[in-house]
Amino acid sequence: MATHESTSANPKVNYEYRRRKARDEMRMQVTSFATMIFMTFIAFIVVIADFDKYYAFPVLLLLAGAQVVLQLYYFMHMSHKGHGTAALFLYSGALIAFITVLTFLTIVWW
Amino acid sequence: MSTVAQKRGFLAVLWDYLTTVDHKKIAILYLISGGFFFLVGGLEAMFIRIQLAVPDNDFVSAGLYNELLTMHGTTMIFLAAMPLLFAFMNAVVPLQIGARDVAFPFLNSLGFWLFFFGGVFLNLSWFMGGAPDAGWTSYASLSIASPGHGIDFYVLGLQISGAGTLIAGINFLVTIINMRAPGMTYMRMPLFTWSTFVASALILFAFPPLTVGLFLMLFDRMFGANFFNVSMGGNTIIWEHLFWIFGHPEVYILILPAFGIFSDIISTFSKKRLFGYAAMVFATVLIGFLGFMVWAHHMFTTGLGPTANAIFAVATMAIAVPTGVKIFNWLLTMWGGSIRFTTPMLYAVAFIPSFVAGGVTGVMLASAAADYQYHDSYFVVAHFHYVIIGGVVLGLLAGTHFYWPKMFGTMLNETLGKVTFWLFLIGFHGTFFVQHFLGLMGMPRRIWKYLPGQGLDLFNMISTIGAFFMAIAVLVLLYNIVITQVKNVRVGNDPWGDGRTLEWAIPSPPPYYNFKQLPLVRGLDPLWIEKMEGRTEMTPAEPLGDIHMPNNSFIPFVMSLGLFIAAFGAMYQIDWRESGGEEFVWSLPVLIIGMLITLGSMAVRSLKDDHGYHIHKEELMDDTDKGGKE
Ligand code: HEM
Ligand SMILES: [Cu+2]
Repeated sequence: MATHESTSANPKVNYEYRRRKARDEMRMQVTSFATMIFMTFIAFIVVIADFDKYYAFPVLLLLAGAQVVLQLYYFMHMSHKGHGTAALFLYSGALIAFITVLTFLTIVWW
Repeated sequence: MSTVAQKRGFLAVLWDYLTTVDHKKIAILYLISGGFFFLVGGLEAMFIRIQLAVPDNDFVSAGLYNELLTMHGTTMIFLAAMPLLFAFMNAVVPLQIGARDVAFPFLNSLGFWLFFFGGVFLNLSWFMGGAPDAGWTSYASLSIASPGHGIDFYVLGLQISGAGTLIAGINFLVTIINMRAPGMTYMRMPLFTWSTFVASALILFAFPPLTVGLFLMLFDRMFGANFFNVSMGGNTIIWEHLFWIFGHPEVYILILPAFGIFSDIISTFSKKRLFGYAAMVFATVLIGFLGFMVWAHHMFTTGLGPTANAIFAVATMAIAVPTGVKIFNWLLTMWGGSIRFTTPMLYAVAFIPSFVAGGVTGVMLASAAADYQYHDSYFVVAHFHYVIIGGVVLGLLAGTHFYWPKMFGTMLNETLGKVTFWLFLIGFHGTFFVQHFLGLMGMPRRIWKYLPGQGLDLFNMISTIGAFFMAIAVLVLLYNIVITQVKNVRVGNDPWGDGRTLEWAIPSPPPYYNFKQLPLVRGLDPLWIEKMEGRTEMTPAEPLGDIHMPNNSFIPFVMSLGLFIAAFGAMYQIDWRESGGEEFVWSLPVLIIGMLITLGSMAVRSLKDDHGYHIHKEELMDDTDKGGKE
């Protein structure tokens, strides 16, 4: 396929528009990638600098959570339209898993 | 089963079915293999009942009894009930939502072949040194110690067929989300589609815990790990948790599609729209969700502690509420309807009281303190057979009669159908009703023999006689199927005359592209709406155009075959290592070759582009709706 044609099967898709979209998209990706590297860096520091356990654990968990969100929303495109159902399933799965783990931590004795 | 197919010669048909990606043919494959395993499981059940017919019987040995019992449960749940449900889901759901196929036809075929090879692998255990013998639940404390390869067959077989099930579930989810015809909103989907959707979501969330459990078991048994070995610091209860976190949702995976089939049958033969449609949908989703919060009711006597038992008891009882909503809605759909007692409708009517009986014993079992008495007795056996046979199996039999014309273009004989129904219903209640009392009298489940003079003789004999009634009913059904296909009287689009949903708007069986033009859906029960306005067909939602179709493929078969071969290697490498590398030297190469076949076929699939083909508009115009009548 020639470079100046859109890769979409739909001939009406505007090439310029798609290009601009792709550029914006790329900028978001690079930004979030940089953020993620930075967060990983902090995580390493927290561990290497031997911070107190009660400080380090929450920070690490928080950073991990943020990474998951960035990963899902920017790299896996959940921020885009039409991902509502995927999000619904993801969150219900997470909810079920959370309740299950909570049960083990609180009421199940074994 | 079409006449064209018969003229094409046996090998051509076989090749067609081995490579098909058409949801209608995959449905037939599921029906045949699920039906076969149903007969195998049924035979095992007959042996169990013969052994228990009289006290102190010696029909089978204790060890063989354990194998029969384990294989009966495992086969019926994983290899009969689920695939048979998949048969109807495949045959009907794409038609009900107005789609030309499922979202991923290739994966659909892969899912089937994985299930098939997993099932064959599991059953080969009979001929290769003994079947699994630790119950269908295969509790680790027992199964880790089981000698021979039985449990290894169980672990590997279920792992392979479980992957197939997971694939099938995901495929239905994507299909229902993405492939609905114009106008087919979520709240216009027929109840069978809805229940398939929820059941598939349950598969998506429930099968991974089973996979994890099976993997841990696999490592314990095959590679010397100690996840469940208490003496090495493991924890044997973890298996029970993992199994039931899967197991309870699994029973809803089975029952929800049956609910869906019954909902469609009841509204069709009452000539009424389903009463409380929105409540029905909500109840289905709620049952699915709550199904994940109750697993520990199978473990009340494990010693989880009073808090856990109390909370799980309450959560379990809560499920009875949405279930009750559904029961009342079915009754109210029939209320004031103009009811026709066809064979499927007879099943539907009989299902309601039978299932309620099972639900009531369920709530009794859910009360944790009382469960200390019931647990592991025949009372539990009676409970789950009431819900599974009275619910799922009646649903499958109803579905067989109801959808047979849509799948094969012929109508099963109604008189024989009713004979099957009555024999089966009488046999079912005869077999299992008395088991409640056997349980209350103290007969433990999974017992090989009992002594005379303990008051258990009469009821056990009645139970066995009931089982023979069910067996005869199944034989009548088989006879019915054979004569129907031999006579081969073709039927039209809507053989029941009262079809309400999209599948009845197209020929039986439908042409391979299903809908020449996608239909425009204008409400719930779309065909009924058109009928009420004097039309016999759906209004098309698009002009006639080219239709894109997927190519057939042999790769799913090969991919699954590779895993099947690898499983033998994985299993016999235990003996290879135990013999210090002396014997079974072929095991490791077999494992590697099997994996290479699978990975190789995956690579072929990924690297080779397969864009499918188009049916051109001109061909469609010639093909004046003779499609299914070929
Ligand atoms: C109102 C709904 C239900 C309730 C409250 C309920 C409750 C229970 C409880 C408490 C047990 C554990 C008994 C014991 O081992 O001591 C049990 C076992 C079982 N139930 Fe149900 N149940 C319900 C519906 C169903 C349905 C719809 C199915 C399947 C379609 C089902 C299938 C089973 C099976 C297979 C077992 C036995 C598993 C085994 O130990 O092998 N139940 N049920
Ligand atoms: Cu349960």
